[in-house]
Amino acid sequence: MTSIKRRTFLKGSLATGAIGMAVSTGLLTPRMSFAAWSKEAFDATDVNGALSALFGSSDLEGSDKIKIKAPDIAENGSVVPVSVTTDIGGADSISIIAEKNANPLAASFMIGPGTEGYVSTRIKMGKTASVIAVVKAGGKLYSTGKEVKVTIGGCGG
Amino acid sequence: MASIKMRANIDGDVTTIKALISHPMETGLMKDSKTGEKIPAHFIQEVVCEHKGNTVLTANWGPAISKNPYLSFRFTGGAAGDTVKLSWVDNKGEKDSAETTIK
Repeated sequence: MTSIKRRTFLKGSLATGAIGMAVSTGLLTPRMSFAAWSKEAFDATDVNGALSALFGSSDLEGSDKIKIKAPDIAENGSVVPVSVTTDIGGADSISIIAEKNANPLAASFMIGPGTEGYVSTRIKMGKTASVIAVVKAGGKLYSTGKEVKVTIGGCGG
Repeated sequence: MASIKMRANIDGDVTTIKALISHPMETGLMKDSKTGEKIPAHFIQEVVCEHKGNTVLTANWGPAISKNPYLSFRFTGGAAGDTVKLSWVDNKGEKDSAETTIK
């Protein structure tokens, strides 16, 4: 009984592996707009892959108009409070990326015209890494990063 | 089902929304400590907040959002007494929504 379960389980994980491969090798075309939840972006295993899938570009421009509020040291990686504030006018979206997570993209917030450039949430981090905030405004991508030291990882295991 | 706790407070022209959602946010990487089998991924994918029929915020989330997610943001154009609606959908198609009035 247990061995049969194990077999189906292995088959299942192989199938998901194949989808992951298709994404990373570019068989699935990245979506330009991201009104819908982007599986490619959230399954991407590196920052550039996630950005390309989300925005169709991974060209980031550093900006001092984005502020990230996050702890310098997070004792528990499963709950890391992150707030992002931006003064960039006409921002369309704010995305939060944990650089060294298995799937770096944590969240992407589409903000309406009357919505201020501010979001606050709590994310999981596998290990010490930069938290990157990406703001899309006027078709360009702006970003800033902040290093967060993680004492106990919060991504499975 | 009351999975959402939400507050909407207005200060001047700016409404601040703070919401807490009860949800396991399983990544699909964790193993059950008793059986050793993986716990399937179960996480909120989309959160939408509406004010007077306008979408003020759409959040797309991955499993890297912490268990029992917290979300806060601000928008202008609200007034005391207005209704704000927050709804979420997860990767299994489960969903919930809640409404509150701006105070």
